[in-house]
Amino acid sequence: MKSSFNAVAERLGGGLAGPILVHLVVIAIWQAAADFGDLPSYMLPSPTETLATLFEPRNRWVENATVTAIEIFGGFLLAVVIGVGIALFFSWSRLLLTLFMPLLISLNMIPKVALGPLIIVWFGYGITTNMAIAFAICFFPIVITTARGLSEIEPELLYLARVVNASKWKIFVKIQFPGALPFIFSGMKVSAVLAVAGAVVGEFIGSGRGLGYLMLQVQVNLDTATMFMSVLLITLIGVVLYGAVAFLEWVLVKRGGAA
Amino acid sequence: MMAKPFIHISGLSKVYNPGRADEYLALSDVSLDIEEKELVSIVGPSGCGKSTLLMIIAGLLDPSGGTMEIGGGSGTFDPHRHVGIVFQQALLLKWRTVLDNVLLPAEFLGLPKRGSRDRARDLLALVGLEGQEDKYPKQLSGGQQQRVAIARSLVHDPRLVLMDEPFGALDALTREKMNLELLRIWERSGKTILFVTHGISEAVLLGTRIAVMTSGPARMAARIDVDLPYPRTLEMKTHEDFGAYARQVYGLLGME
Repeated sequence: MKSSFNAVAERLGGGLAGPILVHLVVIAIWQAAADFGDLPSYMLPSPTETLATLFEPRNRWVENATVTAIEIFGGFLLAVVIGVGIALFFSWSRLLLTLFMPLLISLNMIPKVALGPLIIVWFGYGITTNMAIAFAICFFPIVITTARGLSEIEPELLYLARVVNASKWKIFVKIQFPGALPFIFSGMKVSAVLAVAGAVVGEFIGSGRGLGYLMLQVQVNLDTATMFMSVLLITLIGVVLYGAVAFLEWVLVKRGGAA
Repeated sequence: MMAKPFIHISGLSKVYNPGRADEYLALSDVSLDIEEKELVSIVGPSGCGKSTLLMIIAGLLDPSGGTMEIGGGSGTFDPHRHVGIVFQQALLLKWRTVLDNVLLPAEFLGLPKRGSRDRARDLLALVGLEGQEDKYPKQLSGGQQQRVAIARSLVHDPRLVLMDEPFGALDALTREKMNLELLRIWERSGKTILFVTHGISEAVLLGTRIAVMTSGPARMAARIDVDLPYPRTLEMKTHEDFGAYARQVYGLLGME
């Protein structure tokens, strides 16, 4: 008995088949629990009930998902551009870095979600606000990891460059920036996950559209299946963003035999 | 009057943080003349200022006192053009192939691309890495990585190559193998090499001369001409003459 179990486990363990199977088993248990368990469906809707909500036009899935995706992707991209830009600026001189890095770390201590009500005061309700919350939550991991990556250059490597009179710009382009890329991507991956939370929290506290808004709308009717579906779609948007970042990392950093 | 030596160093000193509480005398009164195409071993205990001396010769540090002239003899010498350097760590860029790593100094200097590539290939063949041009550093062993670093130090055709304990991080057997490789590369390339080490037998095996430095105070203790024939072999380490030179260095370092 045990040996045959091991044989099956061994055959599944290597490739994708095993993990996929585990996912499917969990979904099957979910379905069985919903069908045969003694829970009302507003507590635990089944997978099929959840999927069925996709065909309910009142939910306006496309519009709501698009709004949420724009907030997440927009806030994230803005954080990448501004975060990397500011880190580059600080890293240009050691003085700027020593002066401003502690400030960034202090600001990073602020729980960004707590800024939500303030951001609503500044930007009003809507996409911009939720994008701003996503931005605020994404910005710091990117700035901090980028600045760290840019400063993690080995001093002897600098000697190597300076002995052939390398300009600061060439050192930056050929050594410093490519060396910082793995750091930048690790910051981006952390931020990709946070961006989703930021945008959805924004929709919870003040919004007229988006998947987070939809969840609050259907909550009053105890339409749990639609809430489940919303969470799944929010997750899916997050997975797409994370996947895009991971793919870009693979192209730019890992493909060559680096990292 | 004798011709000027390639490198003339006289009474060189270096004080870090002068006038402050943590003032530190890294070098006091170092004098050394080096002829072109010599391979001079600089040996001494850690903290004797060997690396500081190398940094000053490389033009990366200013001395606090004394004089240093490089480029006596034939040809011109531009410190920003004619110095190659190798450290204990290979310091290869992991996102660049072996060939592109070797090309780095040529790129910094803006040398013509095609000529540099040909030269880089020749140098990789010289250091025994023919056919490995397109590999990435992590695919190479520690010894191979250091060979790449040596090829990189030669790619811009420097007149002077500075090596700061280049084999210090390798295991003993690889290190001996690399010593022989370096001797071969030195003879083939005709460069002047300054080789910093704290390995006494390495210093004797490689050097046409040995500069012995002592710490506390950091200064030049002696210069020894090593009168062993080239090409040198590991077998020479068992010879009486080799032992005599090694004993002499141990004596100067107060380690008899």
